[in-house]
Amino acid sequence: MARRHSVRRQRGFTTIALLCFVLLYLPIGTMVVFAFNAGTTVGAIEGLSLRWFVTAWNNESVIEATLRSLTVAPIAAFVATIAATMAALATTRTASYRGLAFKVAFINQPLMVPEIVTAVALLVVFSRVKVWTGYTGIGYLIAAHIAFCIPFAFLPIRARLETMDLSLERAAADLYATPWKVFCRVTFPLLWPAILAGFMLAFVVSLDDVVITEFIKSAGQETLPTYMLGQLRRTVTPEMNAISTMFLALSIAVVTLFFFLSRKKD
Amino acid sequence: MATASEIATAAARTDVRNRWWLATPALLIVLLAAIGPLVVVVLYSFMVKGDYGDVKYWQFSLDGWFSVIFERDVFDDTLKLADAHLIILWRSVKLSLITTLVTLLLGFPTAYFIATRDRRWRDFWLFLVTLPFWTNLLIRTFAIQEVFRNEGVVNSALLQLGVIKRPLQIMFTDVGIFLGMAYVYLPLMVLPLYASIERFDFRFAEAAADLYASNFNVLRRIIIPMMRPGIIAGSILVFIPSLGAYVTPRLLGGGRNLMLGNLIELQFGQGRNWPLGSALSITLTGGVMLALLVYVRAASKSGSGQHG
Repeated sequence: MARRHSVRRQRGFTTIALLCFVLLYLPIGTMVVFAFNAGTTVGAIEGLSLRWFVTAWNNESVIEATLRSLTVAPIAAFVATIAATMAALATTRTASYRGLAFKVAFINQPLMVPEIVTAVALLVVFSRVKVWTGYTGIGYLIAAHIAFCIPFAFLPIRARLETMDLSLERAAADLYATPWKVFCRVTFPLLWPAILAGFMLAFVVSLDDVVITEFIKSAGQETLPTYMLGQLRRTVTPEMNAISTMFLALSIAVVTLFFFLSRKKD
Repeated sequence: MATASEIATAAARTDVRNRWWLATPALLIVLLAAIGPLVVVVLYSFMVKGDYGDVKYWQFSLDGWFSVIFERDVFDDTLKLADAHLIILWRSVKLSLITTLVTLLLGFPTAYFIATRDRRWRDFWLFLVTLPFWTNLLIRTFAIQEVFRNEGVVNSALLQLGVIKRPLQIMFTDVGIFLGMAYVYLPLMVLPLYASIERFDFRFAEAAADLYASNFNVLRRIIIPMMRPGIIAGSILVFIPSLGAYVTPRLLGGGRNLMLGNLIELQFGQGRNWPLGSALSITLTGGVMLALLVYVRAASKSGSGQHG
C-alpha cells in the first residue's frame, strides 16, 4: 500500500498544482474584493462598502443591458434546447444511415469555427438583411444565439441518449402507446436531466457571449457583456468590479447546479 | 403480398425519413445563422471592395486574398510584402504556441494532482477547475487585467517590496496577451488531461517500478506516452481559441499589439476592406481546421499504436 502511493508521487507536481489553483483564483478574488472598496480606485482598498453595488443598481444602462441579456439568453437557450433534443433523438439509437454523420458534423459546426469569424459572417449577412427588410430589432441577436447554443445543448443530450437503450420505448409501443405518448411518458422523463443540463449550458453560453453580440447588435442593443466590453476601454471604477461580481455570482449558481446535476448520473 | 423483409425495409425507410424531419429545425437554424453566412464570407473574399465598406456585388477580384500577404506601394505601384499583416499573423501563431506550451507544463501536473486524489476530494478539485471554465471570459480577462495593470496588485506588491523601482509595463505588450490567454485557457488544458489521467491504470506504473524504474522514468516512459491522446486534445483545445482570440488581445494588447482576430475586426471597421477581412477570416478558419486535422490524425495514430 505504501508503495502504491510512492509510484503516484511525482516530484514538484503538487507544488505546481497548488500554485495553479492559487493563480486561477487570485485574480478573481482580487476583483471581488475591490468590488467592496469604499474608495474610487481599483488600486488601494480604502475600507469596505457596498456603494459600488448601489451605483451599478442605479445605473440605467446596466439595468437595461442586464434585462436584455436575461431576455435573449432564456429564449435562445429554450429554442436551442428543443431543436437540439429533436436532433439528438434523430441521430442516436439507430443503425448508421446515410446522412447521420453529416447531420452531427453540421450541427457541431459552430464549435469548429472561431467566434470572430462567425461574428463577421453574421455581420455581413445581417447588415444586408437589415437594409432589405428595414427590421433592426432584437431578432437578429436571438437567431444568432440560438445557432451557436444548439451544439452546446446537443452535446449532453446526445451523450445521455447514447447510454439509453430502446427496450422501455419498445415495451410502451407494444402496449399500443402512440409515438408521441412514448416520448412524453417514457423518453422525456428519462432524458430530462440531460435536457436540463443542455439548457443550462446553452443559457450560460448565451449569457456570456460577447464577440458575436458585439458585431451584430444594432444601436442601443447592448447586452451586459458588450456593455462591459465598452466600459473596459475607459478608466474603470470599482463599479465594474461590482457588476462583474454579481455576474460571477449568477454564473457560479448556474454552473454549480449543472455540475451536480451531471455528476448524479454516474 | 409484401414479404417480411420488404416490410422491414419500408419501416427502416420511414424511420430514416422521420429522423430527417426531427433534425430539420436544428439543421435549418445552423444553416441560416452559421454555415450560410460563412459561405457568404468566402464569396465576399473574392469580390471588389466597396468605397465605404461592404463590397461591389458580383465584381470579382483576388485583391482581398492578395492583400493578406502583399501590398502595393502608393507611389510606384510596386509589390512588397505586407509587413504589418505578417507581423500580426506571426504574433498570433507565436503567442498561441507559447500559451499552449505553458498551459501544458502547468496543466499536466495539475490534472495529475487531481486524478491522484481520493474520490471525494477529486470532485472538489475538479469543481475548482470547472468553475473558471464556465465563468465569463470577459470577466476573467478583466480580473487578470486588474492584476497586471501598472497600478495593479503585482506592481504595487513588487514596488512595496522594493524589487522594482518603476512599475513593470505588462499591459499592452505581447507578454500581457500571453499571460491573459494562459490564464483564461488553462482550464481547457486541465479538463481533457484529467479525463485522460483518470483512466490511467496505475498498475502499469507499479510494474515499471518493480523493474526498478525511477518515478521520473515511470512518468517519462509510461505515463506521458500513454497520456498522448489527452495531451493532444488539451493542446488543441487551447491552441484553437488562442489563435482566434479577440477579447483577450483587445483588452490586454491594446491598439498596437493586434492578433488575427483584431486585424479581422479592423478590416470590417475602420479599415473598410471587407474582402480582405473575409480572406483573413477564411485564413483563420483554415488554420483552425488544419489544427483539428492534425488532432484527428494524431489521435487515430496513437489509438492504433496502443493495439499494436
